[in-house]
This record gives sequence, C-alpha cells and structure tokens, in this order.
Amino acid sequence: MKPSDPSITWLEEKPLGLAERLYLPLFVSGLTTTARHLVSPKVTVSYPEQRPKVGNPLIYRGVHRLNRDDDGRVKCVACFLCATACPAHCIDIVATESPWPDREKYPESFQIDELRCIFCGMCEEACPVDAIELTSLLDLTGKSREEMIFDKEKLLSVYDMTKDAEPMKSTALGGTL
Amino acid sequence: MPVVIVDGTEIEIGADERLNCIEAARRAGKEIPHYCWHPGLSVVASCRMCLIETGQRDAATGKVTMVPKLVPGCQTPVKDGTVIVTESPLVTESRARVEEALLIDHPIDCPICDKAGECLLQDYHFEHGQPERRADLHAFSSRKRDVGPTVTLFVDRCIMCTRCVRFTREISGTSELMVTSRGAKEEIDVFPGHPLANKLSGNVVDLCPVGALGDKDFLYQQRVWFLKREANVCGGCSAGCSIFTEHNQDAVYRLKPRENPHVNKWWICDDGRYGWHHLHDASRILEASRRSPSPARRGNGAATPAVETVEWAEVVTKLRDDLKAAGRLAVAVSPMLTVEEAWMLCAVARSIDPQAFLAMGFVPTSGADESFPGGFTIRGEKCPNRRGVEEVLAVYGAGGRSWTDLVAHVSAGSADAAWITAGYPGPWIDTAAADAFAGLGHLVVQDLFDSPLMRLASWRLPATGFAERNGTWVNVAHRAQSFRQAIRPPAGVWPEGRLFWNMLGRRGLYDPVAVRHQIAGSSAALAALAGDMPPTGVDLRIHQLA
Repeated sequence: MKPSDPSITWLEEKPLGLAERLYLPLFVSGLTTTARHLVSPKVTVSYPEQRPKVGNPLIYRGVHRLNRDDDGRVKCVACFLCATACPAHCIDIVATESPWPDREKYPESFQIDELRCIFCGMCEEACPVDAIELTSLLDLTGKSREEMIFDKEKLLSVYDMTKDAEPMKSTALGGTL
Repeated sequence: MPVVIVDGTEIEIGADERLNCIEAARRAGKEIPHYCWHPGLSVVASCRMCLIETGQRDAATGKVTMVPKLVPGCQTPVKDGTVIVTESPLVTESRARVEEALLIDHPIDCPICDKAGECLLQDYHFEHGQPERRADLHAFSSRKRDVGPTVTLFVDRCIMCTRCVRFTREISGTSELMVTSRGAKEEIDVFPGHPLANKLSGNVVDLCPVGALGDKDFLYQQRVWFLKREANVCGGCSAGCSIFTEHNQDAVYRLKPRENPHVNKWWICDDGRYGWHHLHDASRILEASRRSPSPARRGNGAATPAVETVEWAEVVTKLRDDLKAAGRLAVAVSPMLTVEEAWMLCAVARSIDPQAFLAMGFVPTSGADESFPGGFTIRGEKCPNRRGVEEVLAVYGAGGRSWTDLVAHVSAGSADAAWITAGYPGPWIDTAAADAFAGLGHLVVQDLFDSPLMRLASWRLPATGFAERNGTWVNVAHRAQSFRQAIRPPAGVWPEGRLFWNMLGRRGLYDPVAVRHQIAGSSAALAALAGDMPPTGVDLRIHQLA
C-alpha cells in the first residue's frame, strides 16, 4: 500500500484546547491517578515464592514455541520472515527441501538465542503460517549460554508442553489454522 | 541528432542508434515495466507489460499525432519526433490489468519463494498493480519440475515470458527448453531426454523475472535480502567475466553476472557461476608455517622435521632473511595474482636478490575455447590474469619467461631458493613435476590447498581466492578490470597483496589503487591503468588503438 492510497485516512493532531492550555485540570487529573494507586491493592508479588498472574496467556510474550500441524510435523515453512523481522537477530534458520509433498521447504535447524531475544513478538507477527508463537512461560533460566540457545526440538517441546493451556491462534484471531 | 519526446521531455539520441521505446525512455529517466523483453534476446512482445502510448511530431508544423491504441514499447522503435507517453491514465490502467491477469494464475507463495525480494512480479505489482485481488486464492504451493542438473522449474509461478526459451535458442544454441500446450495451459518444459544441461544453463535463472526457475545450488540457502553484493571479476578462466559476488557474513552464496558490454554482456558460464565453492573448502591452508631446513626432509620414512607456525608479522622479516641467506632466488608469479600483487611480488623478489629469476607461474588449461552462438566464449586458459602478469614481468625485464623456463632454470641448479605463488582452485601439479624443486635450500609455496609441491616446501603460505582479493586482472582481450574484495579471507590469512605490501616495507594498509597508479606510471604498456577505473574496465591497448 502506497502513502497516496485513497483508502488511507490521514489525521492531523488535535490542537490544544483551553483545558490543556490552562494546565491545572491536567495536573489535577494526574494527581488523581497517583492518589488512586496509593489506596488501591498492591500488584507486586514476592516472586519466585509467589507466581505472578498472567492476564491473557494468549497475548503474553514469553518463551517461544514452534507449533506442530495436525500430523505432528513442524508447521514452519522456513521462509525466514521471523529472522528478517527480528530486531535482535536472535533467530537462525537452516532451510532445506521438505520430505513432504505438500510443502516446499522446512527448517532443518531452527535456533533462537533466548538470551539475545528482547521478546518483542515481531517473529510471531511476521510468521505467515503461525508457526512461531510466544507462550506465557516467563521464568527462563539456564546454567550456560549454550543451554539458552533453543533448537527446533526444544521449541517443539515447548509447544507440546503448552498446547493445551494455550491453543494455537484461531482463525477468529487472524490465524491460518 | 534525432529527438525523442518522453513524457514531454525532449532527449537526443545518436543518429545511428537503434533504440526501442523502453531504452529511449530509460535515457529520460523513465522506467517502462517489462517482463519478456531483454536487451540480449529477440523481441516477442508477449507480456504486454510495456504497453505505452506513442505518437509522431510533425517536423514542419510541430503538431503531434498520437497512435489511437497502446503499443508495446519493446517492439516500437523510436525515430526523430517520436512521442512516448508512459504515465497516462490509459497506460496505468493497462498495467494494472496486466498485473491482475498474471496474478490470477500465480501461487502467491512469496514467503517460500526464493525469488521474493528480487522478483519483478512483486516489484511491478507494488508499483503498478491494484491493492486487492478480485480472483479466488489458489493453492499455496507450486508444482516442481526438474529440468536439468542445475535448474528446477516451479511450473505454476511462471508468467510465460519465454526469456529462458529464447536464451537456449539464441545464446546457448542448445534449444532444450520449449513451451508446451497452448493458451492458459502453456508451460515451460524440456524435450524428453534432453535436460537443460548446457554450460550456460544458470543464466536462465537470472533471466527469469519471477521465481519459476530456481538455481539448485542456491535454492533455499538464503533469502536474497540478506545478501550483500560486491562488483567482482570471475577468476575461472581468462575471459574475466564481470560478476557480482553475493555474500553474507563472509560466506559467498552465489555469483551473478554483471552487465559488461566489452566482456560478457549479460551472461556467465556455469563453471564460473558455481566455481566459488573452493573458497569455503575445509581443507584450505590457513596458517603460515615454516620448517627448519634439514637435509633429511625427503626420503623413506625419515622423521618429519619440526614445523612451526609463524605469525604473519614475523613472516615479513623471517621469510626475507631466509631467502636472502639462501642465495639465488627464482620466483613464479602466478597468473591468479592481480597486476598489483604481481608487481609487488617482483619488487620484493628483486629487493631480496637483485638478480632474481622471475617467470610466469603455472598456467592451467583445460581444452580449447568453447564458443556459443550468442557470442559468449568460455576460455580454455583457466586463469584470469596471464596478460597482466606478462606485462608486469616485461617491466622487470623478464617478459616471455614461462613456467617451463622456471622449471628448467631450477632443474639446472641455477637457483638456491624458489618462491612459487599458486592459488589455483584445484590440483595442478603432480609429484613428478614437483620433484624438480626438491633440492632447493628454501622453497616457498603459496597456495590454497595442499599439493605435492606444498609437501616439499620449507615455507608454506596460504593464498586467497578471487573474492578475497583487491586489485586488477587483465583478461584475454587485454581488458583490465579492477575489483575490491567481497569477503574477508578465513581468519588470520593475509591476502597476497597485504603480505607483499608489508614485505616492501610500505606503511599503513595495503592500498591497491595507489599501487595501480604507480604501475601505470612505470610502464607504457600499463599506462591505461592510471586514473579511476570504470566498472566495465579499460582496454590496455587504448593508447595504441588511437
């Protein structure tokens, strides 16, 4: 889509009104927010004894997983779009010809350096087949750097672990499933 | 001079130039989109993407008469007074309709298509297509067909521009590819039992404007947007084709032809195209090493003398000292070296031994020159710079001395030490030939791979491949082309140029351009190397031709 496309509506920033220019109403509204947080219940938890509550696990951006299709094969088609979108350059894919007739290529190796990842979710956004997704697993620890480079098997096992609690993105949510 | 009017801008063309509307518009800075037309192939005007409005301006009255319907720009020659309109609503609408028609039958599998990122269908659709698709989506994959040892055809991605078919008929002259069926069922295929197996087959992949023809060597290896390209020169034979080396993170992924009307036009051969794999061969020599001179270094089962790895900074001094101590020096200047490297090597040799015997290195050959109907020739001389090294040797008074002369010189016992530069991508010397160098006090061998000669050497130095060099090569037709390195050599390896530069005691980083200018000043035959080098190179005989 080009910037000149007629279906794009370009909006101008609204000019400041009288209330904004007087400063006082906004000052009061800001202080009200502060005061409300002073009296509302605390949201901090004593992690790791206490587990934080994840609001909606379907949109949380935690550890990655590689989804499987109905036949249990890796869903990824090795298009490299996640690696292209990744601002941290933490995804490394080696593509090869797929052994299945319905798919042209698939990832021979798929590695994510979880230490390098900034959990922005761009990979999930870029994926045309919804193969890579971020789960709600948030405590990511390891004893070495090597251990934190997740390979294809590990990412698939994350899927096996989380598939029941967090089903794949449905078509209603814009998925291709 | 004839004047052509492109979108209201008047441009002059040469009186005897024969241009079509696409070429004329390009001179005016207007790009007319096209799929089937290629400057190196015949015109078929079948894709209809280049439809434009044309007319004729009356020279006497200045009145413009337009042709009532759109005409294909590729098939319409321009003459004095031709009016070309590339931006009118009619043209824009026509392009959008052509794009739509092409996409109805196209599997939109861009994410898994290797062409994505350099695909004309993508580019033109973005530029000229409409944002929405009115037809139903087809399947997400494309049928695959093996058409030859180097090329895979993805049948459904094809837009039937027939560039590949015309290439095999007009340029390679082998006619393997054809169109089967008619109308909407048209497909590219090979004749039964005749796979696409000519030596120029890889070019059809470059010609394909979409992802229908895939290069098996590059298929699925890398997305094209990760690749960086450096203008380079192929080192496969003495034709010296202009190429782009496409690489990422110091790894070459593919070579592409670079348009050069004086050398290779738009093509390269498969030997050159796939001739980069030796650069990443695990058996390459990566360390400079020296073994203490010992008389028992050959013979039956004698204990191998100690081999020590030498730091590059120490090579500069130790190698000079060793050769100086040895005495009479003979040097083979490899035709794989650039002109700059050859010139510096000769200077280094003469600074060590003022009487050093300089000669051409081994010149690998493989059969006779092979010509194709389209004018492309694969040379039998499998080294890129014999002409350049010959000129450099002439500067040092060693013109005409060949490898055979050097072997005879060494066999006659006229040398105490030899420095053999090589850098050949494959095996080049056998044990019998290497034996001529057995009795020397010092033998320096600079090569990419181990060889019988390397096993005799007291100094083993790694060489670099074509994409790792800086400098100038002179091809068989005396055309000099300068290029810069595309990738860094494997960790730690000094390219020849850097070693010679440091051995000459010059300060700072190796500057091939400065050396080139110095060479141009020192020799009349190489004077054309002065000044900035155009991307298509210069003819060394330019002063003689004038």
